[in-house]
Amino acid sequence: MSETAIEVTGLRKSYGDVEAVKGIDFHVDRGEVFALLGPNGAGKTTTVEILEGYRDPSAGHVRVLGHDPARHERALLRRVGIVLQSVGVDPYLTVRETVELYAGYYPDPRNVDDVLAVVGLTEKRDTRVLRLSGGQQRRLDVAIALAGDPELLFLDEPTTGFDPGARRNAWEIVRNLTALGKTVLLTTHYMDEAQDLANRVAVLSKGEIVAEGPPDTLAGRDEMIARIRYRVPQGSPPLPEWGQMRLGNGTYEMIAEDPTKMLHELTSWALERGVRFETIEVMRPSLEDVYLELTDAEAGAE
Amino acid sequence: MSDVRLALRQVRFTNKAFWRNPASAFFTFAFPLLFLVIFTSFLGNGTAAFRLASGVVVRIKQSSYYVAAMAAFSVVTACFTNVAMSVTFQRDAGILKRTRGTPLPGWAYLTGRVLHAVGVAVLLVIITTAFGIASYGADLPTGILLLEFVVVVIVGGMSFAALGLATTAAVPNADAAPPVVNAIILPLLFLSGIFFPVDSTSPAWIRTVGAVFPVKHFADAMRAGFYGSPFAFEWHDVLILAAWGLAGLFLAARFFSWEPRK
Repeated sequence: MSETAIEVTGLRKSYGDVEAVKGIDFHVDRGEVFALLGPNGAGKTTTVEILEGYRDPSAGHVRVLGHDPARHERALLRRVGIVLQSVGVDPYLTVRETVELYAGYYPDPRNVDDVLAVVGLTEKRDTRVLRLSGGQQRRLDVAIALAGDPELLFLDEPTTGFDPGARRNAWEIVRNLTALGKTVLLTTHYMDEAQDLANRVAVLSKGEIVAEGPPDTLAGRDEMIARIRYRVPQGSPPLPEWGQMRLGNGTYEMIAEDPTKMLHELTSWALERGVRFETIEVMRPSLEDVYLELTDAEAGAE
Repeated sequence: MSDVRLALRQVRFTNKAFWRNPASAFFTFAFPLLFLVIFTSFLGNGTAAFRLASGVVVRIKQSSYYVAAMAAFSVVTACFTNVAMSVTFQRDAGILKRTRGTPLPGWAYLTGRVLHAVGVAVLLVIITTAFGIASYGADLPTGILLLEFVVVVIVGGMSFAALGLATTAAVPNADAAPPVVNAIILPLLFLSGIFFPVDSTSPAWIRTVGAVFPVKHFADAMRAGFYGSPFAFEWHDVLILAAWGLAGLFLAARFFSWEPRK
């Protein structure tokens, strides 16, 4: 069994004159959570739908669990679970009936009640789908994708519209899946989601991958210059000339090429004078900062 | 699970959802009976004269005429109208797209829809007939006629369901489904002897429309199966019906869309 779950080389997709995906390469290892990040229109969903078999690539080579997804083989479909964006289920079936319906399509499905427990819909099991809230319907989507006990899960923006608590729960579900050795391909708008869940991320912008790597080190983020921000109480002695910027309200911020050394200087100065910093923090560019930089802040226009 | 069992399983779940949808269940079941009452009330439970192509004039009870006609109407509603509308709705809601991403073969899903529609149609024919007998003393077909009648109901049901599936390809979205589907079927119902008799005295163009499209052949075969002589049961009516069904199947296989149209 190959160690690679998904392999994409030179993938292109055009709709008429518009090239939505402009020759991308990436791979996803088995047991890995891989996140595709990017603003709307960057080509995330097109890429994922090619991997799911809904779209044919215009050019390039795609392998999913050793199969060509465009051939729509049952042998492949039996091993994957798909959470699409905004697709419905029959509104007149109950939650349990819905999961039971889909579980029946797979040779070795999970227990329906277990799946409902995993996504937290046990109490809603006898409720008709049309009476579920948006977040509950999304959890049902995840339940349906899990019903066949897939090796590989596609999650296209799985937590859009969730409240913060529901998102934490969804993340817990994904973490539990990886603990079972499942592979997950995730697309998301939320940087904290990618940061929390993904082993590796790829940032798509205008149909191209502009950065790829673990979220902590994406685009050299870990080596970027840090900033130190601190706040001194009123009536403190004047600060030495460190090159700090005054942000007002006793708060200052400065660039620190060597944050360890700089912190030492700051705290030594404060201890000698009996000053207590009200806050002090070292800030690296967040995944979101890097992302906005990489995608040219075009996300803000959406 | 074998593929045939998967298709039958689809019937079970489709049926559950069908009965819980008040609009589809009510209109599918209420309309034929409502129309039966309305037509027989208007026209009285007297006799109608009906001139066959051979020139023979047949006199039958109005109620009997409308029992067969409304049974035909109910099959068209359950199989054509209902399948075209509900499958378009399912497509628009993304249910078909989701199904397409599972190992369920597409044909098993579609076969499930067709079988469910035919099942509903059979139930409707039984109810309409029973209602006609109980309320108007209409006569029930027996023996070989009953057999012919059952064959027509099944072939007609499957053909209209296949045409319903094919029609979804012509419907852009769920909002457009009722107008498009009704624009196709309502004129045909009027021109095919469902709502009032079309016989050899009717205008030529109406008879031509009836001869080309499947509804009149279906209605004629239902009437012949229901009453027998002097209405002649013509197997060519059944064959034309089946040919339309196969054409529907071909068009559906060629143009059917599993994803919402944007």
